[in-house]
Amino acid sequence: MRLSRFILIGILFGITLYKSEAVSWFRIYEMFHFQSFHMYGIIFSAIAIGILMVQWIKRKHIKSFDGHEIVINPKDRSVPRYIIGGFIFGLGWALAGVCPGPMFILMGSGATVLVVFLASAMFGTFVYGLLRKRLPH
Amino acid sequence: MVPEYLIQLKDFISQPWPWYVAGPMIALIMLILLLFGREFGISANFRVMCAADGAGDFADFFKFDWASQGWNLMVALGAMFGGYLAANYFTPIDDQLAHVSQETLESLKALGMEFQDGKVPLVPEFYSWEALFSLRGIMVIVVGGFLVGFGARYAGGCTSGHAISGMSALQLGSLIAVIGFFLGGLTMTYFIFPLIF
Repeated sequence: MRLSRFILIGILFGITLYKSEAVSWFRIYEMFHFQSFHMYGIIFSAIAIGILMVQWIKRKHIKSFDGHEIVINPKDRSVPRYIIGGFIFGLGWALAGVCPGPMFILMGSGATVLVVFLASAMFGTFVYGLLRKRLPH
Repeated sequence: MVPEYLIQLKDFISQPWPWYVAGPMIALIMLILLLFGREFGISANFRVMCAADGAGDFADFFKFDWASQGWNLMVALGAMFGGYLAANYFTPIDDQLAHVSQETLESLKALGMEFQDGKVPLVPEFYSWEALFSLRGIMVIVVGGFLVGFGARYAGGCTSGHAISGMSALQLGSLIAVIGFFLGGLTMTYFIFPLIF
């Protein structure tokens, strides 16, 4: 398994989000107050270009590097899981000022206390796993 | 002797990156992962890490072939290393800042957060071990982490999986999830922040 290439992709991801300040609690705060276009610019330009890339892959039947058809798994058809789950995620995102990617990036940059955040997030995932069958999906 | 052009390149990278550099870069990262036959989604790692720690004994949700997800853990590991490089080599010590708008500065002030010369640090002071012993630190780190971990898995993805990957593939579910993210984020910002900060 050549996993090292994924480390390189991660490094590019880490530098990008750090240098664009998307990892900053203050940038997330600013975003939720609609006080700057910065974060919206990042998200919207990524989506706009992403849409073009995905359409290109679909229409030209682009194959992956190992020769397989690229399949993008359709998300489950549901409303409650996305709106409720998304709402809970949003509460945490605004409160903590980091989502999972930036958490790893900031941990590497020296904010070691975020290992507690990671443990908490794993615990949250674990509790979801326990309750899953009883939650509306 | 380091060649001059490498020093210039380093200085170039070391400036704050505008959104029109970061956004396309994120799209590029998603494309590279797709071409490697993988789907971009960082929060899936929490499930993998739970499963690797034996959570499968407690819930079927964690009984899956987590070893096949090693690539995603590598992306997370790389992200940590990228953060280390960016903070230590590509950001001047006196520029570890979030260059937020004047308006944001004013509203932070109203919340009781004042900064010398209007310089807002990139990493807030409450991301510290000492802060864990304050209500604010516990809310931000511990409660925030729980909500992010629980919510991301309930919604089936986080910012990378839904907002970037899912929206790029025009998935309706991802659009609903992103609307959920914002409803939650705005609720926290406008109704709960005044109680915590």
